[in-house]
Amino acid sequence: MDIAARLVIHTPLAEKILVGFIRDGVRKVGFQRAVIGLSGGIDSALSAALAARALGPENVLAVRMPYATSSPDSLSDAQAVIDALGVRSLTVEITPCARPLFAAFPEMTPLRRGNVLARLRMVVLYDQSAAFGGLVIGTSNKTETLLGYSTIYGDNAAAMQPIGDLYKTQVRQLARALELPARVIEKPPSADLWAGQTDEGEIGYTYEALDKLLYLLVDERFTPAEAEAEGFPAAMVADVWRRVRANHYKRTMPAVAKLSQRTVGHDFLYLRDWAG
Amino acid sequence: MKLTLGLAQTHPKLADVPANLDHHLEIIARAQAQGVDLLIFPELSLTGYNLQDLVYEVAARPVASDPVFGPLLKASRQLDLVVGFVHEDARHRFYIASAYLSGGEVAHVHDKVYLPTYALFDEGRYFAWGDRIRAFDTRFGRMGMLICEDFWHASPPYLLWLDGADVLLLTSASPGRGLDASDRLASARWVELVNRAYASLFTSYVVHCNRVGYEDGLNFWGGSMITDPNGVVAAQGPYFEEALVVHPIDLNQLHRTRSRLPLLRDERTGLMAQELQRILTGSQNGDPGFSDSGS
Repeated sequence: MDIAARLVIHTPLAEKILVGFIRDGVRKVGFQRAVIGLSGGIDSALSAALAARALGPENVLAVRMPYATSSPDSLSDAQAVIDALGVRSLTVEITPCARPLFAAFPEMTPLRRGNVLARLRMVVLYDQSAAFGGLVIGTSNKTETLLGYSTIYGDNAAAMQPIGDLYKTQVRQLARALELPARVIEKPPSADLWAGQTDEGEIGYTYEALDKLLYLLVDERFTPAEAEAEGFPAAMVADVWRRVRANHYKRTMPAVAKLSQRTVGHDFLYLRDWAG
Repeated sequence: MKLTLGLAQTHPKLADVPANLDHHLEIIARAQAQGVDLLIFPELSLTGYNLQDLVYEVAARPVASDPVFGPLLKASRQLDLVVGFVHEDARHRFYIASAYLSGGEVAHVHDKVYLPTYALFDEGRYFAWGDRIRAFDTRFGRMGMLICEDFWHASPPYLLWLDGADVLLLTSASPGRGLDASDRLASARWVELVNRAYASLFTSYVVHCNRVGYEDGLNFWGGSMITDPNGVVAAQGPYFEEALVVHPIDLNQLHRTRSRLPLLRDERTGLMAQELQRILTGSQNGDPGFSDSGS
C-alpha cells in the first residue's frame, strides 16, 4: 500500500471546509473575532492563516508569549507570520508569571516546567479572549492529539480545533498551499519548552513515519499485527499504540460518577451548537 | 410534461424551528417567483441534523393545526413542497421524516427506514425505524421519497421503482468525510455515484437535495443534483454553499429512454420474489438462509 499517497490532501478543498468551519463556529456563538497563540511553528501559523481568511485579519489577534529560554527564532518566525497575514498582534512575556512558581519548586523537571509554561499561555489566551472579544482557536494537529503530545489544559485548551483532523504531514501540505513563510514550514517542529527540544527527537520517530502508522491504525483500522505486516517495526507499533491509548484522557472530558437518572457526560447529550 | 424543480440547499439552525420555518417561507417565495412547481428541502430541514436530546423538543405532526405545518400547507397551494422534520406519531414515537405537501394537503409522509448507528452516526439511539416504503401519486406523476441512509441500501429505491415511482426524491444531511487527493470528499463521490447508478438502472429521474453548513465539527457538502433517466447529471448545486437550484425537467424523457432501454418492462419481479424467498428461508438447499431477523 502506498500510504504516503493516501495522506495527500486536496488543499483547496481542505481550506474551503476549514475556513467555513471557523467562520461558522465563531459567528454562531455571537463572536466575530478570534485569539490564537502564535509560537512561530507551523501549526499555529496555519491555524492563524485559516482564521484570517475566515474572519478577516483585523479580527484575529495573534499572541506571542515568550519565556526567558524561548528561542529568539520562535519570536521572529511568529513575527514573520504576523506580517504575512496582516493580523493584529500582542506580545506577552510569561517569564515574570512563571518565576515565582519555579522559585518555589527548584526541583522542577524540564517536563514540569514545560507544562507550567503551556498552561500559563492558556491563561493569557483566555484572558485575551475576554479582553479582545474573540474565541480561542486551537492549534493541535491529529498526530499530536493521537499521541497525546500536548499539555492537558495547556496548549490543547481551545474553543475549536480547525486542524485537529489533519496529520502533521497534511498540515505541511496545507501550509505550503497557503504560502506561509518557508522557514516556518521547513524548520524542525518544536514545542520550544526547553532549549534544543524537537518533537521528533523527543518522540523518537519522524512525523512521516508516525503519520503513516497512525493512518493505518486509526483511519484504516489496522490491528497492530497488520501494521507490522506493512513493514513498521514491532517496537514502534507497540510504542505508538501504547501512547495513543495511555493519553486518551487528554482527548475526553473527565468521567462524571453517575448517580442520578440523567447525568452530564452520560445521557445529557447536546452539541456545543446548542448554545448558539 | 415539463416540471420545474427547485432544490433548496439550506443551512438549518440547530433546533430553532421558528427560524428555520421563516427561512423555508422566504425560499418558497423566491422559488415561486422563479416558476418552481416542486421545491425540495433537505433531510431535517426544519430542525437541523444532530439533535441528540433536542429531538423530543422539535417534533411536529404534519397536520394543518400544527404551528409549523400550518404555514407550509398554506404555501403548498402555490407550489408542491418536500420538507424534512422530526415526526412524532400518535404513540409518541419519533421519526426522521419527509412530507410531500400539495394543494394544502399532505400527500405523503415517509419515515426514514434505515437509521445509521455506526461511526459518527447515532440515529438509532433517538429515532424509531420507519416500516413503509411506498410510492405515491402527485399532480406530476408517481414519485417516491427516501432519506439519506435509505438510499445507501439498494432495496428501497428498487421497491419504489416497482411501486410506480418515476421520480425519486432523495434528501439528505450528509456529513462530509473522506478528504484525500480528490477535489471532492469520498462521501460526496459515493452519493453522486449512486444517484447516477439509480437513474441509470431504473431509467428514472433521481433528484437529490443535500444540506450545507456545519454542526459542531461536522460539515455538510451540498452538491444537490438532478440526474435524468439516461443517468446524465442535468443540474447540480454548489458544494458547501447555500443555494436554490432551479431546473426544468421533461417527464417525456421517461418515454424516450424507456423506448430505447426497456429495463422496467423486462424486470422479472416474480423471479426476484421467488429467489428472495428461497434465500430468506434457505428451504431448498438446506442452507440456514439469510434473514435480518436471525430467525
